[in-house]
Amino acid sequence: MSFETSRDCPELQRRGESTSGLQFDEPLIFERSRPGRHAYSLPSWDVPEVSPDTLIPSQLLRDGIPGFPEVSEPEVVRHFTRLSQWNFGIDVGFYPLGSCTMKYNPRVNEAAARLAGFANAHPCLPDELCQGALQLLYEIEQYLCEISGMNRVILQPAAGAHGELTGMMLIRAYLEDRGERRRKVLIPDSAHGTNPASSSLCGYEVVQIASNRHGCLDTDAVARAMTPEVAALMLTNPNTLGIFEENILEIAEIVHRQGGLLYCDGANMNALVGIARPADMGFDVIQFNLHKTFSTPHGGGGPGAGPVGIVDALSPYRPVPTIERNGDLYRRNYDLPKTIGKLRAFFGNFGVLLRAYSYIRTLGPEGLKHATEVAVLNANYIMHELKGIYDLPYDRLCKHECVFSDKNQARHNVHALEIAKRLIDYGFHPPTMYFPLIVKGAMMIEPTETESKETLDHFIEAMKAIAQEAEESPELLHQAPHITRVSKPDETQAARHPVLRWRPDRP
Amino acid sequence: MDLPEDLKYTREHEWARREGNRIIVGITDYAQRELGDVVYVDLPPLGRTLSPGESFGVVESVKTVSDLYAPTGGKVVARNEELVQKPELVNSSPYGEGWMIVLELNRPEEWDGLLDDRSYRALVEGQGN
Amino acid sequence: MRYIPNTAEDCRQMLDRIGVATIEDLFSDIPVEVRLQRLLNLPAPLSEGELLGHLRSMSECNTRADSAASFLGAGAYHHLIPALVDQLLLRGEFLTAYTPYQAEVSQGILQAIYEFQTLICQLTGMDVANASMYDGASAVAEGALMARRITTRERVLVARSVHPEWRQVLTTYLGKDNIVEIPFTATGETDIHWMQDHMGEETAAVIVQTPNFFGTVEDLSAVAEAAHRLGALSIAAVSEGLSLGILQPPGVLGADIVAGEGQSFGLPLSFGGPYLGFFATREHFVRQMPGRLAGETLDSQGRRAYVLTLATREQHIRREKATSNICTNQGLCALAATIYLTTLGKEGLREQAHLNLGKAQYAKKALGSLPGWTIAFSGPTFNEFVLKVPAEPQAVLGRLLEENIVGGLALQRFYPEMDRHLLLCVTETNRRADIDRLVSILKRDFA
Repeated sequence: MSFETSRDCPELQRRGESTSGLQFDEPLIFERSRPGRHAYSLPSWDVPEVSPDTLIPSQLLRDGIPGFPEVSEPEVVRHFTRLSQWNFGIDVGFYPLGSCTMKYNPRVNEAAARLAGFANAHPCLPDELCQGALQLLYEIEQYLCEISGMNRVILQPAAGAHGELTGMMLIRAYLEDRGERRRKVLIPDSAHGTNPASSSLCGYEVVQIASNRHGCLDTDAVARAMTPEVAALMLTNPNTLGIFEENILEIAEIVHRQGGLLYCDGANMNALVGIARPADMGFDVIQFNLHKTFSTPHGGGGPGAGPVGIVDALSPYRPVPTIERNGDLYRRNYDLPKTIGKLRAFFGNFGVLLRAYSYIRTLGPEGLKHATEVAVLNANYIMHELKGIYDLPYDRLCKHECVFSDKNQARHNVHALEIAKRLIDYGFHPPTMYFPLIVKGAMMIEPTETESKETLDHFIEAMKAIAQEAEESPELLHQAPHITRVSKPDETQAARHPVLRWRPDRP
Repeated sequence: MDLPEDLKYTREHEWARREGNRIIVGITDYAQRELGDVVYVDLPPLGRTLSPGESFGVVESVKTVSDLYAPTGGKVVARNEELVQKPELVNSSPYGEGWMIVLELNRPEEWDGLLDDRSYRALVEGQGN
Repeated sequence: MRYIPNTAEDCRQMLDRIGVATIEDLFSDIPVEVRLQRLLNLPAPLSEGELLGHLRSMSECNTRADSAASFLGAGAYHHLIPALVDQLLLRGEFLTAYTPYQAEVSQGILQAIYEFQTLICQLTGMDVANASMYDGASAVAEGALMARRITTRERVLVARSVHPEWRQVLTTYLGKDNIVEIPFTATGETDIHWMQDHMGEETAAVIVQTPNFFGTVEDLSAVAEAAHRLGALSIAAVSEGLSLGILQPPGVLGADIVAGEGQSFGLPLSFGGPYLGFFATREHFVRQMPGRLAGETLDSQGRRAYVLTLATREQHIRREKATSNICTNQGLCALAATIYLTTLGKEGLREQAHLNLGKAQYAKKALGSLPGWTIAFSGPTFNEFVLKVPAEPQAVLGRLLEENIVGGLALQRFYPEMDRHLLLCVTETNRRADIDRLVSILKRDFA
């Protein structure tokens, strides 16, 4: 049976979720612009007006802002409201994106971030005038230390990749301080692209290590590659296949014995919080992704936060300032003679740290553990139900995510990308596609704990229906998605002849 | 898979055509199909001297990027400027208008070391194409 | 737990279905030596009301820029944010959306990014802008790395009048070697002659901020000219984005890269973050640019559509050869800026900048004419300026605090030779009455 729009989709109808609302076209804001319209409200002049050219040389003054929009307030609101309606969001539906942990973004966290005492706190206030903000930073550091088992946590990095860079810089500083010039970093072939990119930015040469046929790092391969030239091994645990690296203690021992350090990409912490701690596994450094595990919103691509947990040995090299406490007083400490410096101005994405703080205080120790447990159960449930229909390259217990391949469907000339696009017609955001690179046609599914069993069942049914379509009516998949406002945008054209901004003179 | 007999090939899927002591270089039909739509080609400046097997640039599709490797050593004496505006020539005419660079061959023995069309075909088919 | 729909019964059903006895069994592959044998030592959970109460008390221990009269700037600016910005940001389809890799279900985000890129180009006078960087400081550092890649040279010159923390970030990213600081003159501007004497064939880029950390407006055209003569790139750093409402854009003055801070465009102070790095450059450098790019194209039905493009520069494809490691950027902050700039619009942004200039000038004139007080630098300023004070700066600031005024930033910490200097910022949020009160207290107690 085929259908064109979601309206006709029996699957969605049965769920009462078929989409047939109003959606509007909306031009670029520049195309809405009309001279003389305005949306702003500014205070009137209560000081003498000045003529800019009496204060600033005229060659340094601009002559207006050509092309800048002129629209009224209702038009601004309608414009962005319409744009918002074109997006999928966690608030709209299920995002089984492996490695992204698309869990519910609690609204109390938004209320917290908007408390005026936080929102309007200037970062240059002296310590005594921002004790509340400093206390929050101090406390979230404590919480993240407890969760990871690490001795200190650096709050500055603005995202996971930023945290990776910070962590690798700390490792480099530590080794150089000991007079060791190690040039290489070991990274599994299943790693996220930010791992080699961050290492490279630190001047390291990346040496790839192969995973074994059970989907884990081969300890012999690690032992062979681990020489005194190697600064660190960067690992994700559970790895990007969603599998816990069982040999982690042995791996840690191999690395440490050669004087190297063990880095943990903490993107998959949603499988570990309250269950096991990276420090106890032998990791020396870990970056968290607060916009994953700790529920802060993705916002269409950020802002995130990537705090970095470290063992004591790396402490002297931390970016400044660190947050310290003397009795009841919190203060910023800039006095670290061996600091690597700063990764950004000020102290970190405070607003994001605040939301994560709010989340941790809402769940508490039992809630956090329970969240992990349900996340892992939800993933294993999906894995069990889809096994046999979709090829499961590593058939074993998974943690919070599982990886299938399109091998079974490829026999009918249907590939992962098409399965992904067809899922959209069923009302789901696609899973993570083509990652990790070690699985051809990979589809990584991470449900998280904030999805109900009914949602999981609907997803499973949709995946099963699509597998059947792959056999019986593959054309449906080749042309998917059908129900979206645009379909199959020409990415080749966009890359060959990039058009990256609006210009008034373009036809 | 189109494989002209009069060309030589590398393991990294470049082809080479010899004209006197000059080598014209491009990527094979197999390579362009694996890449998909080519969106950009980054070529070396004229006058640069390459060693055999050295990376001389990259070819990009929407989702991937691949290094280009010199089949032999030599100096870059020409580059296909048409590819700037029309990278799609690599897809439509990989052995013709999609040529990439011309090298001045220093050591003829490097040419002899390249694969002939049968060896290259065997290599590609062995990769489970 | 209200965020977790599945009850014990739901879990039981799922466990039965997959043939596993208990949830605990799902973790059997984790070695027992690393299993946590206790609950995390964290505070007990708080209900929503308790949590907000707790956070509210903490927040009340901070001085608010909107209740105290605050004259702090230095890289973070207190501006009026239109009410509609936050309302629109809270729409779940913006707030809770993922990065727009799946273009068909992310057209709203992608179009907004495209609009952001356009607005930044218009403001900076450049050809192409990316979808954001973490903040101004890291954007400048990435600009320097980009200049190194393009020129294949190592040395970077940076004006000492660039924000001190931005210079520190630059050093952290690039390493201490091969960064040279250019001194500033008595006018508060970069010493162009010194710069020219210390530039050579090994120079990749020159970085100058305008308005600079002292609030002084710099003439970038001389810098750009000198850089280009030697085949180096000119990088313009902008920490007060609002200044672009009135000042000649760096693109017109000859900059090759503009890297700046967009916090002034609708982002609250929020104790230093999240902020918004913007990054713009010339068309011919686009493939060397870090960060995401949204591009326009057509779909299979010929409809206009937007996609992320030129992704082969980025980490998920290029991996160790990527132009940057950036993945998550400041998406929602860029959206806030897009909404803000759209709301202020062509006239509003200029008017707001004009108002800042006027208010700062009023304060500058009044303070500069107090007996014993001088304006430290004679160069033109925008909404910040440096005062040389006839007393210990900390004493001055302390006295002002007693009157619930946050008086500005003492500079000695960053510039040891400037031991009597205060940096003040005046924006459209500072009322004349507050400025007058500031002046009269200082007149009474320190003149």
